[in-house]
Amino acid sequence: MAPHVTTRASVPAMPETEAGFGRTSRARSSGQWTAWAFLAPVVVYLIAFYAYPLYRNLDLSLHRYTVRSFVQGGAPFSGLDNYRTVFDSPTFWPALTHTAVFTGVSLVFQFSIGMALAIFFHQHFRLSATLRALFLVPWLLPLIVSASTWSWMLNSDSGIVNTALGVFGIGPVNWLTSPDWSLASVTIANIWIGIPFNLVLLYSGLQSIPSEIYEAAALDGATHWSRFWRVTFPLLRPVSAITLLLGLIYTLKVFDIIWIMTRGGPADGSTTLATWSYRLGFGNLLPSFGPGAAVGNLLIILAMVFGLLYIRMQRRTLR
Amino acid sequence: MKRSLKTAVGVGLTAIMLFPVYWMINVSFTKDTDMRADPPHLFPLHGTFDGYRAVLDQQLPFLGNSLLIGLGTVALTVIVSAPAGYSLAKLRPRGAGTLSFVLLVAQMIPGVIMAMGFYAIYLKLGVLNSSAGLVLADSTIAVPFGVLIFTAFMSGIPAELVAAAKIDGAGAFRTFWSVILPVSRNAVVTVSLFAFLWAWSDFVFATTLDGGGAQQPITLGIYRYIGNNNQEWNAIMATAVVASIPATLLLIVAQRYVAAGVTAGAVKD
Repeated sequence: MAPHVTTRASVPAMPETEAGFGRTSRARSSGQWTAWAFLAPVVVYLIAFYAYPLYRNLDLSLHRYTVRSFVQGGAPFSGLDNYRTVFDSPTFWPALTHTAVFTGVSLVFQFSIGMALAIFFHQHFRLSATLRALFLVPWLLPLIVSASTWSWMLNSDSGIVNTALGVFGIGPVNWLTSPDWSLASVTIANIWIGIPFNLVLLYSGLQSIPSEIYEAAALDGATHWSRFWRVTFPLLRPVSAITLLLGLIYTLKVFDIIWIMTRGGPADGSTTLATWSYRLGFGNLLPSFGPGAAVGNLLIILAMVFGLLYIRMQRRTLR
Repeated sequence: MKRSLKTAVGVGLTAIMLFPVYWMINVSFTKDTDMRADPPHLFPLHGTFDGYRAVLDQQLPFLGNSLLIGLGTVALTVIVSAPAGYSLAKLRPRGAGTLSFVLLVAQMIPGVIMAMGFYAIYLKLGVLNSSAGLVLADSTIAVPFGVLIFTAFMSGIPAELVAAAKIDGAGAFRTFWSVILPVSRNAVVTVSLFAFLWAWSDFVFATTLDGGGAQQPITLGIYRYIGNNNQEWNAIMATAVVASIPATLLLIVAQRYVAAGVTAGAVKD
C-alpha cells in the first residue's frame, strides 16, 4: 500500500487547545459529556475493530486450534506452545534475518536516494514542482500493480531487466526463481515504492531550513559538499530520524509486494515474518492459525518497540 | 549548473523513476505473440487492444466492487473520525492524550495481523466474503489517520468562530455541523482521498476476508489473473493500468492534498 502501502503519514498527538472562558465546574463536567459524546463513535470503533481483532489474535496464539475448533470453538489452552513451535521452526531464523535485511537495505537506499533527490529538487528550476509530483506516482499505485509490473520486468526469460543486463554481457539472472536472488528482487521493488515517501518528507524538511543560513555559509566560503555535511545534514537530523523510523515501521510490515512477487519463496528465500505469518494462517491447505498468530504477535512487538521510539522522538522534536 | 541543464537532469531522473510505469503501459498494448520477443519491443508500435478488451469482458464487476467498497470506506471513515477530531481539537476531553497515543499506536499494527483477527471474527459472524465486511476492515487503515488529520486541521480553526456560534445559541452538535465541518472542507477532502485510495489498493484484507466471495475487488481480479493465465501479460498489465486510474486522477486533481497528507505531522514546521 502502498502503501500502502503500505506507508501512511501521521500527525502529532496532542492538539493545541484554546484557553477556556472560565467556566464553572458544572459547566465543565457537562462539557466533558459533550466532548466524549463526539468521541464515542471512534472509541466504540477502536474497541470493536482494533482491540477485539487483536484480542482474538492473542487468543489464537495461546490455544491449540484445529480447523474444526476454529469454527466451533473449544480449543484447548496451550500456553506458549505455539511460540515454542515458532522459535524451534527451521523457518524462524531465516525469516528474522530476511526481515532485518529487507528492512535495513530498503531503508538505506530509500533514504539516501530520497535525500539526494530532495536536495536536487530543492534548487528551484523550471518544472521542478511538476517533476516532484510525478515522483509520487510509485507510492500512490496499488501495491498489486507495482508488484505485478516488477514481476514481469524481472522475468528470467523475457524481462526487460535481464535484456538490459545482457547488453552489458551480464548473464541472465533468475531474479524471482532463484532462492539467492528473490530477496534482492523484492527489496529493489520495495525501494522503488519507498523513495517518494522519503523524498516528500525530506523535501519539506529542507524547506523549513531558513535560506539565510545558506547565505551565511556561502559568505564564509563553504563548498557545496561542506555545506551539505555541516549545515543541511545536522539541521535535517530530527526530520531524518522521523523519516527513518516511520520507514522502518512501515517496512517491517510489508506483505503485499513480497507475497505477490515470490510468495516468500523459492525455498523460503524471501520469507519475512509478515509473509510467514500469513502463510501459516492462510497459505496452506491445512492452516495452523496458532503459530501464524504467534508470529504475528512477535511482529507487533517488534513494530511497537520502534513505534514507541518514534512517538518519543516526535514529541521531543515538537518541543 | 545552468537552470536548463538542471531541468534536463530532472526530466531524466523522473523518466528513470517512472520507467516501470511506462513498461506497464507498453506491455498492456503488446501482442501475445510479441510478449516473449527477444529483445522486447520498447514501443507498442504494432500494438493491440486485446488486453483492454479482456478488461472490459472480465474485470468490470471487480472494478465496480472496488468503487463501492472505496466509497463505503470513505463514508465510514469520515463519519467516525470527523467528530472525534472536533472533540480532540476543541472540546478538551479528559484523556485526550491517551486516545491520541492509542491512535498513533493503532497505525503501526501490521495489516496481516489485523486480517487474521478479522478472519476469526468474521467466520463466526458469517460475514466473510461480503463487501460490508471488507469496508469495515479497510476503514481500519484510514480511521486513525483520519482522526489525526481532522484534529490537526480543526485545532487551527480560530476560537472566535466557535465562540461566536455559541453566542448565537448553537449547541455543540450544531456548531460542529454548521460551522466546523464546512470550514474543514480541505481536511474532509484529504481524508476521503486517502481512505478511498487505501481501500481501492487493499490486497491483504481482500485476500483473507473476501477470497471466495462474489463481490471481489479489483486487486483480487489482478491477483487471480496472475495465478491463472500466466501467459496473457497484456491483459494483466491492462488491468493494472485501469486499476491505477484513481491514483493518477488523484495526483492530477488533488496534488496539494496528497503532499499535505504525506507530510502532515510527520514534519511540523
